[in-house]
Amino acid sequence: MNTSVITAGHDVAGHHEHHDDGSKTLLGFWIYLMSDCLIFSGLFATFAVMAHAYAGGPTGKEIFDLKYVLGETMLLLVSSFTFGMAMLNMHAGRRNKVLAWLAITFLFGAAFVGMEIHEFAALIHEGAGPDRSAFLSAYFTLVGTHGLHVTCGLIWIVVMLDMVRRHGLDAVVKRRLSCLSLFWHFLDVIWICVFTFVYLHGVL
Amino acid sequence: MFGKLSLSSIPFDQPIVMVTLLMVAIGGAALFGGITYFRKWGYLWNEWFTTVDHKKIGIMYVILALVMLLRGFADAIMMRGQQALAAAGDQGYLPPHHFDQIFSAHGTIMIFFMAMPFIVGLMNLIVPLQIGARDVAYPFLNSLSFWLTASGVVLIMLSLFIGEFSTAGWLAYPPLSELQFSPGVGVDYYIWALQLSGLGTTLSGINFIVTILRMRTPGMTLMKMPVFSWTALVTNVLIVAAFPILTVTLALLGADRYLGMHFFTNDLGGNAMMYVNLIWIWGHPEVYILMVPCFGVFSEIISTFSGKPLFGYKSMVWATVAIGVLSFLVWLHHFFTMGSGANVNAFFGIATMVISIPTGVKVFNWLFTMYRGRIRFTVPVLWTIGFMVTFVIGGMTGVLLAVPGADFVLHNSLFLIAHFHNMIIGGVVFGCLAALNFWFPKAFGFKLEERWGKWSFWCWLVGFYVAFFPLYALGFMGATRRMQHYDNPAWQPYFVVAFIGAAIIMAGIGFTVLQIAVSIRNRAANRDLTGDPWGGRTLEWATSSPAPFYNFAVLPEVSELDQFWADKEHKRAYPRHAHYADIHMPRNTGVGVVMGGLATVLGFGLIWHIWWLAILGLAGMIGAFIARSYDRDVDYYVPGAEVEKIERERLVPLSKLIDQVGAAPAEQKVA
Repeated sequence: MNTSVITAGHDVAGHHEHHDDGSKTLLGFWIYLMSDCLIFSGLFATFAVMAHAYAGGPTGKEIFDLKYVLGETMLLLVSSFTFGMAMLNMHAGRRNKVLAWLAITFLFGAAFVGMEIHEFAALIHEGAGPDRSAFLSAYFTLVGTHGLHVTCGLIWIVVMLDMVRRHGLDAVVKRRLSCLSLFWHFLDVIWICVFTFVYLHGVL
Repeated sequence: MFGKLSLSSIPFDQPIVMVTLLMVAIGGAALFGGITYFRKWGYLWNEWFTTVDHKKIGIMYVILALVMLLRGFADAIMMRGQQALAAAGDQGYLPPHHFDQIFSAHGTIMIFFMAMPFIVGLMNLIVPLQIGARDVAYPFLNSLSFWLTASGVVLIMLSLFIGEFSTAGWLAYPPLSELQFSPGVGVDYYIWALQLSGLGTTLSGINFIVTILRMRTPGMTLMKMPVFSWTALVTNVLIVAAFPILTVTLALLGADRYLGMHFFTNDLGGNAMMYVNLIWIWGHPEVYILMVPCFGVFSEIISTFSGKPLFGYKSMVWATVAIGVLSFLVWLHHFFTMGSGANVNAFFGIATMVISIPTGVKVFNWLFTMYRGRIRFTVPVLWTIGFMVTFVIGGMTGVLLAVPGADFVLHNSLFLIAHFHNMIIGGVVFGCLAALNFWFPKAFGFKLEERWGKWSFWCWLVGFYVAFFPLYALGFMGATRRMQHYDNPAWQPYFVVAFIGAAIIMAGIGFTVLQIAVSIRNRAANRDLTGDPWGGRTLEWATSSPAPFYNFAVLPEVSELDQFWADKEHKRAYPRHAHYADIHMPRNTGVGVVMGGLATVLGFGLIWHIWWLAILGLAGMIGAFIARSYDRDVDYYVPGAEVEKIERERLVPLSKLIDQVGAAPAEQKVA
């Protein structure tokens, strides 16, 4: 391309208007979340179509343990709150508190995923696995896709913990934490829909 | 260790495949050897594979599309040859299993790996230039999108030689595509090639929406944005709204095949029609994703070469948006015969017919743009006029098919095949080839030869009518699609004519290749020194050809729709600045190409059930992505002094040139 380039780090007045202030990234991330939302809407629609295709297998009423699922829900809701605490501390510039709240969020998220895996394992053990009926296929796929998203969020939290530790709360880290925060709350909203339409509606 | 893969996976018993493999191997070895001999690997890696420059990525997309056009067309002419032969007792030269793979591959390749890369490539090449931006919003993501598309191409090409391709048609309807009826790896190739390239397309869609919404040059409000960029915006919104549904649909089919689930199986509650609904909720918007940017291409061309502003710009924008919205309300017309009931069918039939209204608005806008214009009959204009005639005919057969009653007769007949080829060849292919001729000088700095371009156009146009109008007739006579052979000898003459048409189209493709080759040889004579070879109207013509890597030394100020035209009228185009500021640019990265390679590994592992390989590919992709997020040296500044040097090299000779031919643009004013 060319030879005499200068690295971006240098500070010359008038350069700052070229820099992304983060709003471009956030807009793009919102659009990504909407596309992800469409993925879930496809899965919800499929679940709605398959909701009564038990094929002689167990129904939702027989296999869902509402109290257990309420526990999962509480873990995820609390993790959203703790992430909110991390973001408040990020805006206040308190690095160590950000690290602490992120770690707590991770623990709640991991506990949620753990409970879900346990629930899935128990169902498969009882012979109510995803290959038993179309209803169970749709159930496992919808809930499992959400769980997979939470797992990705957990990996992302680990990466961000390391980045905050290394770089502190600079513009890049703040931008990424803002995206992660959107992602995490988005998963909470999806879970509310899962809890309502899959579990509550299934047991009713 | 190697899953389902063994030496017997290579189809040694099929001479056609083996000869192709031999030719590909020889060609590949020659290419590889040539690059090594001329020591071009470093150049390719540094300047192309790792580039984040939207123009180079666009060029790579278009090259990919042209190569896949050849592959897809080879499939097409084999089918035409088979059907010209296989009448009455004759079985032709393709056994059913091979024929089924060919029609599946033809459709899949032409839509996903020819038309899509061409459209995404054009948007890459032109949109940032048209809106006065220096790059797209996320340059690395753009590179990743391209390499994910490329990994899909690699998988689909591998299916030719290792294993088999799907025999379930280009949309892989279950239950045929389920494990029970397609136990081989063909459908798995289909699923993973589409998942990878589809992910790339979704990322491109997000990238371009943000680019167009947030990176327009100062003064360019949305209603002062060139119409191609408008069509690109609508198309990318459609991409982001439609492609996630494709991802879900293929994931569910994959869950059936890999995890024994029952979404679309015949037993245990599966519902195959759910798949058909889902895939068309993506599939109908998809045809508009391909078509809408071509409307933009034709609009730019017809206005440029008529020497007039586009007639009814605002109605054009609103028609485009309306088509975008309506495209989500018509999916069920692909399967009226499912039996959803008269009212549902009537709703979707009427919604389908309604689309012809905004499309009609567009056609009249183009006609009125030409009216009293001083039209120059260049190659892009020929494609545009050919499109207008062909597309209107295709549109009318489409309205006919939108009548549910008529559709019950014509469903899955060759009438349908003729109709959608009428739209996609007459619309998308003509649009892409028009765009290739129109914007080629902007990408490479020299024009394409007119003569061979005209030969190519006439062969395509005549060939299209000869190849597809017999299919309309055959459809009325009751011939259905995807027949390896047929019993009715009365059909054969029509199939023979169709084969002749395909041969004429082949000549058209040959002339396009010849046109490019001759133009490269004669490039010195066809050099575009001004950056404005056609008397252009929009910003992409304001910069040099090829555009400098930073696109614009100083971001242009926009106050009207055809800004560059107005600047030329007022003699303020080509401004020379006393001072150039440093320019902030993204740095090249190899992470995109590495992730694309690992995606291919992941896909191959999944297709052949080589689980360790799949895990390796996935872990590698995640690792590469995380590693990239730690890279903080992702951009640099081009010093103003260097920008000044590049700009002077162009503008000083240009000012002399403009003085000599200064009157030229004014000559093309409306009388």
